[in-house]
Amino acid sequence: MTALTSRMRGTTADWLLRNHIWLFLALAVAVFSMASPYFLTVNNLGNVLTQAAFIGILAVGMTMVMINGEIDLSVGATLALASALAIGLQPAIGVWPAVFVGFLSGVALGALNGTLVALSGMHSFIVTLGGLIGIRGLVFVYTGEEALMVEDFAYTDIPEVYLGPLSLTAMIFLALAALFQWVLTSTRHGRETYAVGDNIAAAHDAGIRIKRHKIINFTICGALAAIAGILLSMRLGTAEPNAGRIWELWTIIAVVLGGTRLAGGYGSMWMTVGGILTLAVLRNGLRLLNTPNYVELMVMGSVLILALGLDRVLAARKGAA
Amino acid sequence: MTDVILSVAGITKTFPGVRALADVSFDVRAGEVHALMGENGAGKSTLMKVLAGLYKPDAGTITLRDEPVTITSPLVAREKGILLIHQELSLSPELSVAENIYLGAWPTNALGMLNKRKLRADAKAALDALGCDFGPDVRVGTLSIARQQMVEIARAQAFNADVVIFDEPTASLTDGERRQLFATIARLKSAGVGIVYISHKMDEIFEITDRITVLRDGQVQGTRITADTDLAGITRMMIGRDLASYFHRAREDFRDEVLRVEGLTHASLFSGVDLSVRAGEVLGLYGLVGAGRSELVETIFGLRHADAGRLIWKGQEIPFPTPRQAVDLGMALVPESRKEQGLVLGMGGRENVTLPHLAMFSSAGVMDRGREREVFDTYRDILDIKTTGPEQPVEKLSGGNQQKFVLAKWLCAAPSLIILDEPTRGIDVGSKSAIHELIAKLAEDGLAVIVISSEMPEVLGVSHRILTMTEGRISGSFTGDGMTEQALIDAVSQPANRAVQEDIA
Amino acid sequence: MTIDWQQALRRHGLIAAFGLFLAAVAVGAEGFLTLGNILDVLRQVSITGTIALGVTFVVVTGRLDLSVGSMLTLLTVIVVDQHNAVGPFGAIALTLLAGLGIGAVNGVLVGLFRLNALIVTLAMLSLLQGVTLWYSGGSNVNVAGAGETWFAVFGRGSLLGVPVPVLIFLGGAVVASFFLKRTTFGRAVHAVGGNETASRFSGIATARTVAAAYVVSGLATAIAAIIMGSRVMGAQNTIGQGYELTVLAGIILGGTSLMGGSGSIWRTVIGITMLGFIQNGLLLLGFEYYVQWLVSWVVIIAAVWLDLAAKRGRVLA
Repeated sequence: MTALTSRMRGTTADWLLRNHIWLFLALAVAVFSMASPYFLTVNNLGNVLTQAAFIGILAVGMTMVMINGEIDLSVGATLALASALAIGLQPAIGVWPAVFVGFLSGVALGALNGTLVALSGMHSFIVTLGGLIGIRGLVFVYTGEEALMVEDFAYTDIPEVYLGPLSLTAMIFLALAALFQWVLTSTRHGRETYAVGDNIAAAHDAGIRIKRHKIINFTICGALAAIAGILLSMRLGTAEPNAGRIWELWTIIAVVLGGTRLAGGYGSMWMTVGGILTLAVLRNGLRLLNTPNYVELMVMGSVLILALGLDRVLAARKGAA
Repeated sequence: MTDVILSVAGITKTFPGVRALADVSFDVRAGEVHALMGENGAGKSTLMKVLAGLYKPDAGTITLRDEPVTITSPLVAREKGILLIHQELSLSPELSVAENIYLGAWPTNALGMLNKRKLRADAKAALDALGCDFGPDVRVGTLSIARQQMVEIARAQAFNADVVIFDEPTASLTDGERRQLFATIARLKSAGVGIVYISHKMDEIFEITDRITVLRDGQVQGTRITADTDLAGITRMMIGRDLASYFHRAREDFRDEVLRVEGLTHASLFSGVDLSVRAGEVLGLYGLVGAGRSELVETIFGLRHADAGRLIWKGQEIPFPTPRQAVDLGMALVPESRKEQGLVLGMGGRENVTLPHLAMFSSAGVMDRGREREVFDTYRDILDIKTTGPEQPVEKLSGGNQQKFVLAKWLCAAPSLIILDEPTRGIDVGSKSAIHELIAKLAEDGLAVIVISSEMPEVLGVSHRILTMTEGRISGSFTGDGMTEQALIDAVSQPANRAVQEDIA
Repeated sequence: MTIDWQQALRRHGLIAAFGLFLAAVAVGAEGFLTLGNILDVLRQVSITGTIALGVTFVVVTGRLDLSVGSMLTLLTVIVVDQHNAVGPFGAIALTLLAGLGIGAVNGVLVGLFRLNALIVTLAMLSLLQGVTLWYSGGSNVNVAGAGETWFAVFGRGSLLGVPVPVLIFLGGAVVASFFLKRTTFGRAVHAVGGNETASRFSGIATARTVAAAYVVSGLATAIAAIIMGSRVMGAQNTIGQGYELTVLAGIILGGTSLMGGSGSIWRTVIGITMLGFIQNGLLLLGFEYYVQWLVSWVVIIAAVWLDLAAKRGRVLA
């Protein structure tokens, strides 16, 4: 009898520990629904999703890298480069080839990061910190520090496809999240990504090719950053050289808030989607309430620290039980 | 003989400063449990790591089913049919049981998709063959240590291992779990698997093994048929010399009591511990790994929080200290793991020695390097430490010299009580006896000394009085002629009646 | 002999390459290696450099501080705004106090509560941005009567031809180096970064040591904010954006390991100054300023890789 209840308590704590993000999200949605009549409308929620999609796509890639036990600080800069190439190359080679080159730049930079991490044994924090600085430099060299403007504004109509309240951008984000959730759960690469992040020595002893997985995941991360950049360029019709600045930090915040472990081995795309949505709901809700934007920044910071603290408390309680 | 599965011949392995294995040969037959015994540092773990592909031997051959093999990595070992089950389990806690069993060898289709059905079915077959009470889909991190161990054993089943090496498999198991493990080993045995079994627990060795090979100082002392030998014979082979002449016990000159603890309790680790030690006395604390000995002294030293109990220091009851206060009172703790707990490996000897006493070696917060150098030189000479200089990072030194630095860092502040947790683990014989002599000298100089050891000869050889610890409780107290091997063995291997009764209630 | 060359190249390859770079720039651009230009470079790096002195303490404990950029912004806004409100003395005192306070918050969260340093300081990055906007109401602040106040001395003054910010940076480096190398606190910082468990077993108050390192980082950032406010005589809400990364880049370039336990102030000074010379040299050669970022990328990767390879004795893992 006692054993049964204690086991149940254990599972609840375990569930909370693993899914606290959905609790946060539900709480945020409930609060803002009550506070603002405009919040819980189909249109607004569609908007939330679209706004969240850009960092969301970055976060999908970041989740792959983080579960693998690494980090990628260069995603914001990669996004900016892809967006600049996708717009800047259009007059010379046409719209879709330019988009393709933009995409390839992300793939190449991701592969470069991954290769450097795998071959050198340097921590990815340092490698991608270098990348963040250097790739931003590339963006500035390419754009000459000017915002690039698209010539044919038909380009900005491309993402104007809706399925109900869902924009194409939002759909791409959700589709990518679903795709990579599938990769994580159902492919060998995905499962070995967990194995490497979880216990690298055990993975190595079992003959798992650690370097290959790392290179693949950094490449995925770079490619997704490029996709986010291209979508952003379509939405704005311009490519700002400063686009995506400190987005890498927001991305990391969203992924960690979702519950994916910074040290690797644990996490999922659904958690990341939860983290992204929570951040987006907070942001959107606070704006609907006309709070000044500093409140938003303070709330986000506090929520993150709270989440970290909660995680610690739950983990401690679980350890004691 | 035809039923020999694995034979090793002439294996030699040298580490800087230590000859870990010298010309080691032994063999394992199909369907046999072969014990590998020896004191800590005798070379058992090195040998097992050679077999598992973690170390490359300097010389020697390994023959598996009459074919010479070269084992370059754990993966190769697994492919050849040798599986090592570490004390530190080689599992990914976030993955499922099935995924862990087949880690690195998952069935996939052409697209790289996992064939989960096959993975699950194969894993279930392996688990069923071993009679496991959990399914293939459970997350490994939620299993008990004993069940996690079963997952590793299931790997042996899944990969049709010919040889399975167990390294102290019962170290953190309860008695019931131990029984289950033995049943599993029996199953493997009847399936014709050769089993190498490493353990310090004599009762287990005599219960489940067929033959025993004893290692000492990296050399094979001999192989015996278990049924034809006895405890005394094996112990003699392990120690290889007369205890009395080897150890130097301090002259008995006990003075005032330095430390007394009463009813010391830590909710999950130990309870109701009473002990006391006088100046000039060496108190031995003997028990199996996991009995709570290290946790007990760490609590006295303030590194863990005590839930109940009283601490009397030099006749006065005091609140439980922080580590800083403990150091200032005059306590010293030479911890179990010198690399993790004892030394900052990247620092030189000078900085390591003065680390607990920064206030003593500084004025107004500024370090006095001259005095640091002096104390370094003093202890380098006293303890005969081999190092190129005060700034040489201690990670470059041999285990024995490292341990001497840990001792130096505590002795230099002239403590009243020194607690030594496994002071000679993993160091060479020469340094060992130097440390044993030092223990006697410290007691004769008037220090109270507590020595924790799982090496029975050591604890018998240096102590004036011995307490045994079993599952978090003091299970026996021995002095004088009462301190015998058999008495200690009996004391630590009593079935934990009390715990069983509590379970029923 | 060849081996010796390889060894030397591994150990000092970076400094050699840097020397070549300096020589090349000196040939290509007149006035590069003049005292005036060198002082100019030092003046330019004095703000990042001063922050880096403090962050080095945090990095040596094996942790990170990504909040210093946001902190710099907030503290600059505070010093400028308070200068108008309570005068230079009060403004400086308040800024230093605020820096110590923010450092203490980081320190409590990371040191005492043992929360992940990367995430905590990221959260503080966001939080402090919010506080800045709240404090400033979103508008830029300027020092009223910038021409008259002696406050200008920190950013614009000079003593015997040496700019005051350079004196603060180098003087601070001497003091910081003394603390990190010679004091019990510095020893504890090294010990905690080198082996936290062993430090605890030696009676070192590890949590307090880590917390104190963050306080030092906050103090250094406050001093940098005073230089910044004095130089610009005003502050925008983005003035410190990205500084945390430049500071880290400089520390890493100097060869201080992010794993903790090793590192020194002079390494940080060299790393930060090298970044300054790269920037300055490229500008003098006629490159756009952002080309320095590309060069820094290559230099950082090459430096850390070489360093790692030298420690392991081989280049590829």
